[in-house]
Amino acid sequence: MGNHSDGSPNPSGAVATAGQEEVEKFQDPGLPPHRLRLADTDPKAAKRAERQVAILFGISVIGTVVFLIAYFAIDLGNDSSIATIRTQNLLLGLGTAFAMLGIGTGIVHWAKALMPDHEVSEERHAIRTEDDRKAAVRIVDDIIEETGIKRRPLIRNSLIGALLLAPLPALAVFGDLGPRPDRKLAHTMWAPQDGKLKRLTRDPDGTPIKASDVTIGSAFHVIPEGLNELHEGKLNEKAKAVVLLMRLNPESLNPSPGRENWGYNGIVAYSKICTHVGCPVALYEQQTHHLLCPCHQSTFDLTQECKVIFGPASRPLPQLPIAVDAEGYLVATSDFKEPVGPSYWERDEHERLINS
Amino acid sequence: MSASSTADVPYVAKTKVGRFTNFVDERVGGSGILREFGRKVFPDHWSFMFGEVALYSFVILLLSGTFLTFFFDPSMAETHYQGSYTPLYNVEMSVAYNSSLNISFDVRGGLFMRQVHHWSALLFVASLSVHMLRVFFTGAFRKPREMNWVVGGVLLILAMAAGFTGYSLPDDLLSGNGLRIIDGVIKSIPVIGTYISFFLFGGEFPGTAIIGRLYVLHILLVPAIILLMIVIHLFMVVVHKHTQYPGPGRNDGNVVGYPLGPVYAAKAGGFFFIVFGVIALMAAAFTINPIWNYGPYDPSPVSAGTQPDWYIGFVDGALRLMPGVVNDFHFEYIVFGHTLTLNVLLPALVPAGILFTVLFTYPWIERWITKDDREHHVLDRPRNAPTRTAIGVAGFTWYCVMWAAAGSDLIATHFHVALNDVTYWLRALFFLGPILAFIVTKRVALALQRKDREIALHGRETGRIVRLPHGEFIEVHAPLDEYKRYRLVGFESLAPLPAVPNEHGVVTRSEKRRAALSKWFFEDRVAPASPAELEAAHAHGHHEAIEAGADQKSLTH
Repeated sequence: MGNHSDGSPNPSGAVATAGQEEVEKFQDPGLPPHRLRLADTDPKAAKRAERQVAILFGISVIGTVVFLIAYFAIDLGNDSSIATIRTQNLLLGLGTAFAMLGIGTGIVHWAKALMPDHEVSEERHAIRTEDDRKAAVRIVDDIIEETGIKRRPLIRNSLIGALLLAPLPALAVFGDLGPRPDRKLAHTMWAPQDGKLKRLTRDPDGTPIKASDVTIGSAFHVIPEGLNELHEGKLNEKAKAVVLLMRLNPESLNPSPGRENWGYNGIVAYSKICTHVGCPVALYEQQTHHLLCPCHQSTFDLTQECKVIFGPASRPLPQLPIAVDAEGYLVATSDFKEPVGPSYWERDEHERLINS
Repeated sequence: MSASSTADVPYVAKTKVGRFTNFVDERVGGSGILREFGRKVFPDHWSFMFGEVALYSFVILLLSGTFLTFFFDPSMAETHYQGSYTPLYNVEMSVAYNSSLNISFDVRGGLFMRQVHHWSALLFVASLSVHMLRVFFTGAFRKPREMNWVVGGVLLILAMAAGFTGYSLPDDLLSGNGLRIIDGVIKSIPVIGTYISFFLFGGEFPGTAIIGRLYVLHILLVPAIILLMIVIHLFMVVVHKHTQYPGPGRNDGNVVGYPLGPVYAAKAGGFFFIVFGVIALMAAAFTINPIWNYGPYDPSPVSAGTQPDWYIGFVDGALRLMPGVVNDFHFEYIVFGHTLTLNVLLPALVPAGILFTVLFTYPWIERWITKDDREHHVLDRPRNAPTRTAIGVAGFTWYCVMWAAAGSDLIATHFHVALNDVTYWLRALFFLGPILAFIVTKRVALALQRKDREIALHGRETGRIVRLPHGEFIEVHAPLDEYKRYRLVGFESLAPLPAVPNEHGVVTRSEKRRAALSKWFFEDRVAPASPAELEAAHAHGHHEAIEAGADQKSLTH
């Protein structure tokens, strides 16, 4: 190309207005001449296209038959295996696909090869005419005049007032969609009941955990004692109360003042609900002592009281204070000292309430 | 309508079909409708099919969805699974999950219908999005179609809402965690967040109300509004008539294409079956949302590599990209004793907010900058509107960075790179990606325009090297015929529009701003080749043209 190139951008000053000032332009040559297809000139080709269309429709018939056979011949009894279901799904799908694609490709082929392919030009009409506009304006003026709304501001203003208030019942009627939050988010099942401390039990079977079962490096998914016996709101309680229990070398834990006796012998328990948006923080990296949330990759450092070291969470995971009861089982000495899970507007208020 | 019939002799149909159609016609006036639409002209182009795909996948969604409602039970009551999928036998679960399993394993064709429904939902949002990209990049949103563009944007949001409400219905572990994320985001809303959460879930998360409520939204409210919007959308398409790509014989005053009957109706109708067939093929061969692998919802477990459906990905990705803590700076504050959690609130609302605000207002922004109040029925080729194309690609890149971030863990595991590095890179790209994309796209568009000019003026390269008598080597260029040339030169190249004083002779501040934007929009531009330039080019390359002409002759036997 080299020396041919002269298509550099025009300096912006060269054209004063937005292209309205006409530089001489190429004339529209009009629609290109129509080119005949093979099927237009050769009767043999037309006949061939006709047969192809018919074959495609025939394929559709085969597809429908395949579907019906797969539906009626494969029996999903009580002992049907996943393999049977997959086979049936495949055959039903292929049957439908051929039934539909046969018709679809047949019709399109028919349209492209045999129906006239002359492009037609049609004039566009104005979306509205000036006559219509004038008439419409006159009608609107007449309507407004006949209502007299301009001359009677009392009617107008009282109507506006009434209309503004009228939707309120429509909003109020949704007031019973749910209870008010109150302080439900501030508490979990871990609070001691009638002076009895709750044992830490395994998720999901609910067997209590002995401190001696927890070896260094191990991790347990924990639910509070009595959760499985709940009939109402079991998942609601579980959604707040799930805990991760891990044992580290006690030297690698650095409890802050006031939290020294929240663990036992290097065993610590933290809320499993991410402080970001509430996914379960289910991944424990034993070597680095990191907890990772698989949803958004918030990472918490167990050796720094589950401080956030990476990802979108902003708060450490709440710690559950634990101890050992007379029989050697792990128990929670109190509820969490702060609300668990994602932050919410009243959270700070609730935290102060818990600690007061 | 025989020639003998006159006004006072009523028309009498001679055949059975004729009598029947006449009966209907005399009562509803179908002739008028047929006269208007029977031969209505529709332009044809492959890129016009995306909207059709969206429409057809919606029809398939209605068909397959209706089947599913006959078997699905949206109750969250507890039950124990007794169906034929043995790994979950006797497992405690909700009735909703139980009935989803039954649809999959104990209703013949149920799994197929679930797969068809899910695949067409994914395709519906995808084709709608691609259709909107097509409309944006070709400038089809310009006057008189701005309102239809807005309807399209509303449809996109509704499609996402329909998708998400449906995705949650089986009450499986994966979708339950998705709901939990939504709950977390809702709780981050200042002042009313907790209340909205309690109202939505009928109490604490997860409660026993949410599936039933989402079900009503999913099968009644959202599809009804979608249907209404589609009707409005198509009505406006009829009012406006379809846009057409530039080319010889096409201008803003006409519409060139095939008549509705028979060619266009056949192609479009046949295409419905093709879309259905392709969806059936996907449903047959590719598993989607195997809920039996996830298990019932339980707030404790979660599987690694969790992903939302693709169209929610960009919001999830934004949530992942936002750091919660930078050094010792926390994005969660206590404001007057209340918790404000910007690390959730900002990424959940701001990027999506910006995307949709720009999307909805763009037609008016461009109209304000260009002061262009004319009707446009001929599309722009994307290269001929370099700045608009660059804006579109920048926005698309931004979206894609967030979307990729929703798979940051999978990127890390598949490419064996550190998860943290993937996040750091994507954070950088979140800000730099759109800028780079803008610059690169604009340059590419301008380069393509120059290439068009080059070809219009000098013909296409034939790849034949010829040695001239005096020893010079040249490549033979074949001139274009006038139709092909018009495709390359038949566009309007707008130039910056300087600030103009208003009727009081004052150049307002907003007018100055507009002029600055206009300059930014149009200062880099390539004007279409003009006849005078072609003349000059011919004088320059006269011998080449002759050579090429002779060449062509020798090729055509």
